[in-house]
Amino acid sequence: MATMMVILLVLMVFQGIFVFGAVGEAALTSIKEKIDVSVFFNVDVPEDRILDLRRQIEGELEEVREITYISKDEALNQFKERHKSDEAIQQALEELGDNPLSASLNIKTDETEQLPVVAAYLKNIVPEEVVDEISYNEDNKAVIDRLTAIIGVSEFAGLILALFLAIVAILVAFNTILLGIYSNRDEVAIMRLVGAPNVFIRGPFVGLGVIYGFLTATLVTLLTIPLVYLISPYATLFVPGFDLVAWFWGGFIWLYLGQIGIGISIGVISSMIAINRYLSI
Amino acid sequence: MIYFEDVSKEYGGGEYAALRDITFKIEPKEFVSIVGKSGAGKSTIVRLLIGEEKPTKGRVVFGEYEVNTLRPKELPELRRQVGVIFQDFRLLPTKNAYENVAFALEVAGVPERDIDDMVREALDLVGLSDKADNFVHQLSGGEAQRVALARAMVNHPKVVVADEPTGNLDPLNTADVIKVLEQINQLGTTVILTTHNKDVVDRLGKRVIHLDGGRIIRDAAKGKYTLA
Repeated sequence: MATMMVILLVLMVFQGIFVFGAVGEAALTSIKEKIDVSVFFNVDVPEDRILDLRRQIEGELEEVREITYISKDEALNQFKERHKSDEAIQQALEELGDNPLSASLNIKTDETEQLPVVAAYLKNIVPEEVVDEISYNEDNKAVIDRLTAIIGVSEFAGLILALFLAIVAILVAFNTILLGIYSNRDEVAIMRLVGAPNVFIRGPFVGLGVIYGFLTATLVTLLTIPLVYLISPYATLFVPGFDLVAWFWGGFIWLYLGQIGIGISIGVISSMIAINRYLSI
Repeated sequence: MIYFEDVSKEYGGGEYAALRDITFKIEPKEFVSIVGKSGAGKSTIVRLLIGEEKPTKGRVVFGEYEVNTLRPKELPELRRQVGVIFQDFRLLPTKNAYENVAFALEVAGVPERDIDDMVREALDLVGLSDKADNFVHQLSGGEAQRVALARAMVNHPKVVVADEPTGNLDPLNTADVIKVLEQINQLGTTVILTTHNKDVVDRLGKRVIHLDGGRIIRDAAKGKYTLA
């Protein structure tokens, strides 16, 4: 029982690392999606000119993952949509009559590190007279770097804790299997005497380790199900659009197999140490 | 078949020598008694023969095996060809006579369908067919030793080694066990008997290797246990 409890603890920590990793990854992706370089054009620049520039950027810049053209009308619609509940802005727009917003090109890259490169390139190739502003938000990059660091450190600390617990689990399981060997010492001695193959002598003790690992992995996975449902709404609050429940069931088989792998490894390593120390044939 | 060549076995880094430079040969179908006082080295010979220990020096050969060079995973194959019985029987108290004998076959991987016939044949050989269902505590010392003998024989080994098999038995039971060993030998199995029972050795009238202080002091074809 103590053996299973301590293996259970190890697997819970590993499960925590997996879930935390998934939430962190989703948060990073979500933030990365939001940062880009935008080129705002003067209101009088014709659409053809902007589309030419777009083709040029697409052709010359490898770093570009996606480039979106937002026309003046589209920009206005988006603006209206975003501020639809703000009476004052709606009223001001009506009074203005004309569309005051610029058309823009919105450029996304694969890596946030590439954004300054893209911004510098754009400043070079886009003629000053057509550009109103080239902007990218460096604050977002700082947030991403900080979040990446936090996730990295947390995962590392979790891994150290899990490895420490795994060593404790191996020691506890080792003692349990040792007791098993001791209480079956007469059978073991006779097996050796009559020339039982090593697999017959060692097999049951390795099997014991496998059973411990398999049962605890199953138990941890079962315990995780209600926890995932409990945490999921909070994860969605933290990372809008991230569905922890969907992520869990989507990767359920791999998570379960991973847990079984870790659980069985702990059980089998313990058995092998005990066997090699006390069942030398 | 069995050949010990210049074999020594030392313990404690040479502080104590159980065997010193012993050389002897045992041919197939022989019945050999190895005699000597306690600590003379009799049981060490048994342990070296079944690969439970390695000699400090020399070669131990059994048939095609050079026992002293065998790796641990090769030992089970050797041990299936050597049936061993001990003074303390080494039977499992939770199993009856039949199950104790069958256990040797089960763990050796013998197919289930062959086990029943082989166990009954072995129990018949030692005269315990009617005690198959008896547990160890329901058997006399002599009967328990014969169950152990049936277990040693059930695999049809080439050699049966009896390490002080009569040490715990009264004269009547001793005679029973020795009689079975003789029968086994007559059926063509080599028998090695280690003992310090003078009466047994003298009555057998077979080859006797006499050990003293880890050395062979006498090896007589039709010997007697001479108190040196």
